Amino acid sequence: MNRSFIARNPSVLIFLAILALFTLVVTVLSEGFGVGLISTSFVKVLGKTLCLCLIAIAMDLIWGYTGILSLGHFAFFGLGGYMIGMWLMYERTRLIVVNSLSEGVLPPTPEEITAGIGNQIFGVVGSSDFPLIWAFADSLVLQLTFVVLVPGLLALVFGWLAFRSRVTGVYLSILTQAMTLGLSLYLFQNASGLRGNNGLSGLQNLPGVTAPQSVVSLWFFWASALALGLGYLLIAWVVSGKFGSVIRGIRDNEARVRFLGYSVETYKLVVFTLTACIAGIAGALYYPQAGIINPAEVAPIASIYLAVWVAIGGRGRLYGAVIGTAFVSLVSSWFTGGQAPDVPLGFYTVKWVDWWLFLLGLSFVLVTLYAPNGIGGLIDLLKRKPRETDV
Amino acid sequence: MKTLLLALCFALSLSTWLSAETTPVQDVLQSQRALIEKSSRRTIGPAIDALVVSGLPQMQNVLEVWQAKDMWQRRADGLFFTATKNADGTYTLQSFDDGADAGTAASTDLKQLKPNSGVRAMIATALVQFQLSDPDPAKRADALNSIARDPEVALLKPLRASIASETDANVLARKTRLERLMTMAYDSDIPSRVAAITEMSGDLGVDFRATLNPILTTTRVISQTQPDANVAQEVLVGSDALTHKSAYALLVAAGDAPAEITADARDAALQANIEGGRIAGFPVAQLSTEAARDRAYDALAAGDLAPPRVTQADIDASLANFRFFDVYTEPSQAVTTAAEAALVESETRVAFSQAADLGLDALSLASIYFLAAIGLAITFGVMGVINMAHGEFIMMGAYTGYVVQLFVPNHTASILLAVPLAFAVTFAAGVALERLVVRWLYHRPLETLLATFGVSIALQQLAKNIFGTQARPLTSPAWLDGAWVINDVVAISYIRIAIFILALLFLALFLFIMKRTRLGLETRAVTQNPRMAASMGINPDRVNMLSFGLGSGIAGIAGVAIGLFAKVTSEMGSDYIVQSFMTVVVGGVGNIWGTLAGAVMIGGFQKGVEFLNPSNTLAAQTYMIVFIIIFIQFRPRGIIALKGRAAGD
Amino acid sequence: MNTLLEVSGVTVSFDGFRAINNLSFQIADAELRAVIGPNGAGKTTFMDIVTGKTRPDTGHILWGDKSLSLIGMSEAKIAQAGIGRKFQKPTVFEEQTVQENLMMALRKDRASLAVLFFKPSTSDFERVEDLAEEIGLGEALLRVSGELSHGQKQWLEIGMLLAQEPQLLLVDEPAAGMTPAEREKTTAILVEAAKTRAVVVVEHDMEFVRRLNCKVTVLHEGAVLAEGSLDHVTKNQDVIDVYLGR
Repeated sequence: MNRSFIARNPSVLIFLAILALFTLVVTVLSEGFGVGLISTSFVKVLGKTLCLCLIAIAMDLIWGYTGILSLGHFAFFGLGGYMIGMWLMYERTRLIVVNSLSEGVLPPTPEEITAGIGNQIFGVVGSSDFPLIWAFADSLVLQLTFVVLVPGLLALVFGWLAFRSRVTGVYLSILTQAMTLGLSLYLFQNASGLRGNNGLSGLQNLPGVTAPQSVVSLWFFWASALALGLGYLLIAWVVSGKFGSVIRGIRDNEARVRFLGYSVETYKLVVFTLTACIAGIAGALYYPQAGIINPAEVAPIASIYLAVWVAIGGRGRLYGAVIGTAFVSLVSSWFTGGQAPDVPLGFYTVKWVDWWLFLLGLSFVLVTLYAPNGIGGLIDLLKRKPRETDV
Repeated sequence: MKTLLLALCFALSLSTWLSAETTPVQDVLQSQRALIEKSSRRTIGPAIDALVVSGLPQMQNVLEVWQAKDMWQRRADGLFFTATKNADGTYTLQSFDDGADAGTAASTDLKQLKPNSGVRAMIATALVQFQLSDPDPAKRADALNSIARDPEVALLKPLRASIASETDANVLARKTRLERLMTMAYDSDIPSRVAAITEMSGDLGVDFRATLNPILTTTRVISQTQPDANVAQEVLVGSDALTHKSAYALLVAAGDAPAEITADARDAALQANIEGGRIAGFPVAQLSTEAARDRAYDALAAGDLAPPRVTQADIDASLANFRFFDVYTEPSQAVTTAAEAALVESETRVAFSQAADLGLDALSLASIYFLAAIGLAITFGVMGVINMAHGEFIMMGAYTGYVVQLFVPNHTASILLAVPLAFAVTFAAGVALERLVVRWLYHRPLETLLATFGVSIALQQLAKNIFGTQARPLTSPAWLDGAWVINDVVAISYIRIAIFILALLFLALFLFIMKRTRLGLETRAVTQNPRMAASMGINPDRVNMLSFGLGSGIAGIAGVAIGLFAKVTSEMGSDYIVQSFMTVVVGGVGNIWGTLAGAVMIGGFQKGVEFLNPSNTLAAQTYMIVFIIIFIQFRPRGIIALKGRAAGD
Repeated sequence: MNTLLEVSGVTVSFDGFRAINNLSFQIADAELRAVIGPNGAGKTTFMDIVTGKTRPDTGHILWGDKSLSLIGMSEAKIAQAGIGRKFQKPTVFEEQTVQENLMMALRKDRASLAVLFFKPSTSDFERVEDLAEEIGLGEALLRVSGELSHGQKQWLEIGMLLAQEPQLLLVDEPAAGMTPAEREKTTAILVEAAKTRAVVVVEHDMEFVRRLNCKVTVLHEGAVLAEGSLDHVTKNQDVIDVYLGR
């Protein structure tokens, strides 16, 4: 009975093995280190998908296990992206500015460099001064800390306010959606200090790194795979023990857990904050692969898609979230990327770019109605045969 | 002798009168011939004045013809005529005096008078006084407009003169007002200016404030002593109004102090003096800080290779020598004091009016939120079904209006047709949604939320595929154009009033349906206890279907209303959905008065923030959401909360 | 006997309706008490107040030797202080096994971090097994509790309460929907539990109350109408009026 965590959860080991194998195969087939069957841009797509899987398992922890349908986790994802984006953009611009200034006769002064960077970065929003929030943009270590700290802190404050006043169920969902909307509207302003709707760009270039994108993309792919593996391990461990029992109890009957003497609000807050931190990390890995981040990424609809992926994959099972996300986001990018062939019907040509979202919406309705356990539910059905007999 | 003199006088005047009877206009023109021919802006004044002073009724025509470059001069005798071109290239001349034909002339015998724009403007000014007494009130009003647009001293007198004979009450009021305004700006008599200002003190009109502002214009004067002028105030260096930097810049501009050496100028001087990798003895490679560059430059300056740097001590010394004053351009202190007081009073009253205007704005925003949310008050508030596609029903309503307008061009008819049609369409859509999706998910709110999200995504994409991504117009009928103007500050467009009334109507309708009809009773019964309701003969399926349809139908009508002033796009629903839910939640679920209170609070708060930070409506929404999150801390169940075990989970 | 819980002068009203009206109530440690009363007498609201779900408008609620005031404490804190509550409907965590249910209820540190790093010891497993035996679910330890019968769920919930090791147990209609055999067993469990702690049973069923053989408190319109043995209160004219109508 009292066995180790991994031994009790063989599926974790299976998942990690598959992930490792997948990473190896992609590396071997890549342009950077392998035979070149997989293009660099597709490596990036796969790397981004791994990041989306990471936030999806975080979503599964907060929604599938704890029962809180957060429509705000993509906001945390975006914040993580912004935090790393600030360093990437600052440092890269600094190198460029220093380079161009050193061509002058006089060696550049720190003031000249700062003014130059300010002009480069904030010129698009009609400013050249550094906003206060960029104070630590020159420090990679601090910005990396912020990747976890800023989403975590926002989640902590928001969650504390929301859970304390016993906002639950759909009310909480709407409130998180409002939070996301508020954040994205804030980021849309030029005065936000994060370049308004221009967002941060050029994030695919690592400052000071001369390696080609085909190599850099693999670095990020590996980092994403590692983060997903560690995240999976962490979350699987969290849900496996008594803590998992308590949060599933909260999902199924909050009042009962409270009368058992557990401070439900604290547990929710811990899970909410933890998942926000994971979302931040996922975002920080995602956006350097995407190359650009802007406020539209933080819009409420993104968080809703996240819920869609997890629901299609199957809530309450981590591998379900991964499968759903990988499946839907890859199929999505295939359909909306224009690669899918149009279907001529004679009187009307079905363009997938136009109709994919419509189909996704409908299939989401169908999944909710007829397959509430999603794709993961099908796997459970195959796996759980013996238990049916002893009822 | 006396008789003789009288006779002589008579004879003289008779002769004048006789000749005047024939060509008085031509005579006046001839008397000013030299000036008219010269036609220079600087000298033409007396000529125009002479024409006006002559008091001849034809003069208006003369001036108009002149201004239109239709006045011609016969080279032979220098007489002025108006002319029309004939088919053979010659011109038919007409006399100014009686319009009689004065023969024809070849174009070579004629000289066209082409006053330049400056002269034409002066002619226009002279014409104004004729227009001010024009029999047509519309012309008089036009004249007033042109004076108000471009007031000047010369117009004050004719304006005053025309007031006594004015018959039209509207025009008279405008003339009097304009006369007051021009008096305060241009009258030569200071007491009458002060009187005019004091009289209108506190007036809300933009024109009043626009007249006062130039009177109160100041210029910043540098002086070592108190200047002998109408001083508004002395400005102290280092205050918010005048920083040290800007004060010194003023001194530099006035030539009273040497300019600071800018960083660019310093660097240029440094670069110009590089000798063998060194500047004034400093290695170039070491000049990587501002301080090092300053030192190097100082060394250059010491060697007379560059002008010396202006140090902070120099700046302080220069500034200590001078005082700065704001001086009114208006010389009379009595006038500026009165104007200052009048402006303060006006601004106070404007602030009050703005507050009232803000209140109206907030009210109309609240009506919009209320309209968008009232359908939800039924589906979410009463039935407890969370419908994320509610925003898309609003969109469907708006598009229904757009489609109706494609077929019915009359805007009034099309709106009247669109409202029931939008209700029908969204009612049907609501019933379909309830039958196909929602009814399987009662009491599983999170799942309902997700499924209706799916519907929302699908509907949005469908609308995009049908109507395209660009905004479609939904035009309001002409009688809804324009605004109800209360004063120069407070105005509210008719469309917003219509929406406010619509919101009130819906409130009444909602109360009527919920409290007075069978459907309302049954809906409440089914929501509270479906099994009990069913055992009393109510068909819960039917009731749920109808009330969901009703809530959706109202959303459709709201869509038509919102579409009238907002753009109709496939995404318009999502612009309102979060706010709508917030309205219901903040107000208190299950209570229509709560929804109303929620709408008023959210609308008011948003407008309030916009007022404090007018440049940034996005920020207003962010703050509103932060406010709502904090508000829910204090009243988790909304403004109007149900209490007791009924409210429990 | 020491007073364990003292409720004095408590009033609660919902929108003007007084659900609890100047109620005073005492219970000593290791006492079994039945609370009866017609519908709307305020039985459930009384439990809500003691467990912190509803905050009273006026009055005092004092707990334990140190006379701790329970007003203003959160539900979780009150539960940790030693008051267990069983709901009317059986509420166990249906997707979890009997073992997981009991393990969660076991008296341990409830702080989130402690729970996160909690590793059950052999003695914990033994304690869970003992409890399962006690409530007759020794064989069903690894079954998902959603598969249990109605009565078994009721017992599991009582077992979870016992696992909490509370000093006071509030039990709301434990016998509802049970077969006679199940009732008998429930009675036995409650009587056994009352030997080491105070147990308050809210019940409609007179037969069941009789079997508990304990002091009875009759609530009516949010106040105590009568108190004493069952025979004593059933002879009380007021009680007869309330139950049979005036």
